[in-house]
Amino acid sequence: MNQLPRLRAPRARALPLPANGAKGLVEIFSFATAAFVLLLLALFVAPQARAQGESTIIIGLSSDKFPETERALNDLPGSGLATAPQIVDALAANRLYFNGPARKLYFADEAGKMFDAATGEPADVMASALKKVRINNAVRRSLDAARGALTLMSPDPAKRKAAADSVFKSRDASALPLVEAALEKETISANKKILEEARAAIIASDSGAPEVRRLEAVEVLKSRGDQDAVSVLTTIASWSEGRVKAAAESASSVIQAKLALWRNVQNIWYGLSLGSVLLLAAIGLAITFGVMGIINMAHGEMVMLGAYTTFAVQEWARTSHPGLLNYSLFIAIPLAFLVTAAVGILIERVVIRFLYGRPLETLLATFGISLILQQAVRTIFGANNREVSAPSFMAGSFDFGSLQIGYGRMWIIVFALAVFFALQFVLRATSFGLRMRAVTQNRRMASSMGIDTNRIDALAFGLGSGIAGMAGVALSQIDNVSPNLGQSYIIDSFMVVVFGGVGNLWGTLLGALTLGVANKFLEPIAGAVLGKILLLVFIILFIQKRPRGLFALKGRAVEA
Amino acid sequence: MRGVELKRHGKATRLALARPLHSFPHVLPDDCNTPAPDLPVQAGNIFEDAMSLTRRIMLRTAGAALGGALAFASASAFAQGAGTIKVGILHSLSGTMAISETTLKDVMLMLIEEQNKKGGLLGKKLEPVVVDPASNWPLFAEKARELISKDKVSATFGCWTSVSRKSVLPVFEELNSILFYPVQYEGEESSKNIFYTGAAPNQQAIPAVDYLMETEKVQRWVLAGTDYVYPRTTNKILEAYLKSKGVKQEDIMINYTPFGHSDWQTIVADIKKFGSAGKKTAVVSTINGDANVPFYKELGNAGVKATDIPVVAFSVGEEELAGIDTKPLVGHLAAWNYFQSVDNADNKAFIEKWKAFTKNPKRVTNDPMEAHVIGFNMWVKAVEKAGTTDTEAVLDAMIGVSVPNLTGGYSTMMPNHHITKPVLIGEVQADGQFNTVWQTSGLVVGDEWSDYLEGSKDLISDWRKPLSCGNFNVKTGKCGGATK
Repeated sequence: MNQLPRLRAPRARALPLPANGAKGLVEIFSFATAAFVLLLLALFVAPQARAQGESTIIIGLSSDKFPETERALNDLPGSGLATAPQIVDALAANRLYFNGPARKLYFADEAGKMFDAATGEPADVMASALKKVRINNAVRRSLDAARGALTLMSPDPAKRKAAADSVFKSRDASALPLVEAALEKETISANKKILEEARAAIIASDSGAPEVRRLEAVEVLKSRGDQDAVSVLTTIASWSEGRVKAAAESASSVIQAKLALWRNVQNIWYGLSLGSVLLLAAIGLAITFGVMGIINMAHGEMVMLGAYTTFAVQEWARTSHPGLLNYSLFIAIPLAFLVTAAVGILIERVVIRFLYGRPLETLLATFGISLILQQAVRTIFGANNREVSAPSFMAGSFDFGSLQIGYGRMWIIVFALAVFFALQFVLRATSFGLRMRAVTQNRRMASSMGIDTNRIDALAFGLGSGIAGMAGVALSQIDNVSPNLGQSYIIDSFMVVVFGGVGNLWGTLLGALTLGVANKFLEPIAGAVLGKILLLVFIILFIQKRPRGLFALKGRAVEA
Repeated sequence: MRGVELKRHGKATRLALARPLHSFPHVLPDDCNTPAPDLPVQAGNIFEDAMSLTRRIMLRTAGAALGGALAFASASAFAQGAGTIKVGILHSLSGTMAISETTLKDVMLMLIEEQNKKGGLLGKKLEPVVVDPASNWPLFAEKARELISKDKVSATFGCWTSVSRKSVLPVFEELNSILFYPVQYEGEESSKNIFYTGAAPNQQAIPAVDYLMETEKVQRWVLAGTDYVYPRTTNKILEAYLKSKGVKQEDIMINYTPFGHSDWQTIVADIKKFGSAGKKTAVVSTINGDANVPFYKELGNAGVKATDIPVVAFSVGEEELAGIDTKPLVGHLAAWNYFQSVDNADNKAFIEKWKAFTKNPKRVTNDPMEAHVIGFNMWVKAVEKAGTTDTEAVLDAMIGVSVPNLTGGYSTMMPNHHITKPVLIGEVQADGQFNTVWQTSGLVVGDEWSDYLEGSKDLISDWRKPLSCGNFNVKTGKCGGATK
């Protein structure tokens, strides 16, 4: 990419100084003449070369061929074309148009107003009569590099950071003077560091640079110490020779050793994240199956209904209150709880209450209900996946050491724990929780104490279902919102509840997190398929040893 | 879920073993024309069968109560009777695969309606017969039998997964009826009774790899797939192909995940690590169905951009992207034989008709839909040519039939029952559509027996008389000569 011929105005070169200061007048005169001639030449040639550069760029961009577009973009930052920033922005936003035969290039602003790209003047053309400049990945890479080079001096620090990052990735030697200039002006230390790393990446990748400087650059890359640095270093090691090669190799192996340690931290984090998803899916089942003893095969469908509630809330926000879209999850959480709790109570009243004490019939009936719910959703919303967008606070990630933490995953962990403790609170500290525990521990005694056991059964089933619905809100962020959403969680949920110990919420918490972490440590070794099988085998063996799970209930409740 | 997967594999192996016996009735004497094994009754499958039975009962109830009317409404729009030609539609309308297959049912109904508006076929109206095999592989075989024996359909359009195709194959061969299969698949099969209108590996996977090698200069490859027959066979072919191009074993990473895999954090991190070895890396994805959405979401979250590590997918089309925010995915690739964004008059007219038929201006079109359009038009043409819907006559008439495809060219049915198609590589755009960045200069003929696999490279298929053989071994000169 860097080796392409460039058309550029000749740079002012350092002129030879007259040796020893004092020399003959003639020499001074001839030097002055030469300088004058050079100056004239520069004045005359530069605009011409520049104009030529501009026109090749316009022609390149309007050629409708990817390699030509790429070449033109590589030349763009150095061309001095005044409209270069607008051109790259327009191209990135798919708003750059061309007229092939006339070799004219136009860009549209965000409002759709057209401008001539060569002059920046408003142009009287219709976008529909023109063709768009197409891009592919190669062009996109050049575009990122060009944008990086052009926005290194942007007043917005975030943009400068992004620019420095893209220069680091492109390692385009022609951007070096721009990086140096930006380094001098940069005041924010974090940005400065990235700029230094970008400079180091360019120098280390430049076979023409002096060895000392390249070795220094390798050191800078080594101190960056992440996967991107490894990538640059291994590339350098693959074609360099001598000391640079050795330094790059040792630097990359040092970083890799460090990253291998971090990978364990990463596995724990991923495990917690998977565990939180399992916890969310299972915690509602811990009520309906764990506490009430109902084998509820329709539990997954409650999760699915919660996800569809999220979709419906987002659609409503999108069409009528766009301002609320970013906060739609906060509306969806209570609403999903109410919707699924209502459906749960309905199922309990209409079907399950007639089947208490008959687990096999309950299993079949709830399995039937799950199919009915799936097909109902399929009929109402269609069989296709529905798009639930992520609010801005859940998008993106941040770095913690060498660990990349996604905001979405982090908030799901927080949410899962919040739901867990809220449920503990309901069971331990409210009168409904007290009655519910009373009913599950000794139904007849509770009944004779004046508790309406039927009502408590319905409400408890509603509570379990409602929590599943809230889980659906969270899962809509990471999984498909499709009628099949629930199916993939039902087995996992039962697994967690049985492993954790039926009837014990803490067991569910610990079970979910253990299974999550164990899965993530097994996955890199055994692969996703075998990892899951191994986990199931482990649970089977575990249940043989401890039939009542991690936390077995003790006392009279067990016999009841 | 897990039970179903095991069953998929079980079924696939069993059928593969059972196949040579009755796939080629013409090479066996008449009296040894054994009927296909009755599919659902299998020892060791009792629990699954019980499950599928309850499932079926439940479905029937559910269907009657809820959605039954929907599926059959269009079917009953035409008068029943002897004056019609029946067309079977065998696509799952419930269960896991409904997400993909429902659309194909709709497109078939649209094509049939359109043909009836034009005056039907051979002076008769076409009558669609829609059945729901409910993403249940043995039920596919049962429903196929019902369509052929009870409803007496002239041809059937259906199936999506390879397992479902393998499940119905013996039924179509035994009862001698015609199936049009519209989805890209792994090849290694050619039946007298099946027309494969989707892409074979050489019409999708291999050109995509070529594109990445030439344009993106990719040197390191991640082959990621769902754990079942299509990704495994495709990856086997790709691995052999990459090695023939000089790619070393250490530069290939193969990864399989279960159906519906939803936690991709570790695998995406592995891909990132694999991609930082200083060589340009790409992911070739045969991940199927629902697992794609969380996979792409995770790629977006982990900041894996197409400019760093491009992902080329063979099972992700416009329909699948409809459920994802595609802004972080811009530039990732897909290889197909059709994109909705293809700019020509035929395609525009088709999209307009489709949106009007579904009464949904946001509905998208995709590659398997185009395959059904091609297959249906080919069948219509062949029936007109033969002057009858009789299976043998239509089978003969089909070969060589040529109809316009929606990418501006013509597709022809070849003697191996595969069709000619252009191969297109597209990049995902922010609006969920694909932008074609590369396409083959001409049409590619589907290659049923891969040239890159031992045991299949010597085989050819030619259903023209007198050869009439689906697996002719050019080395031994014998039919039925699978060298495996």
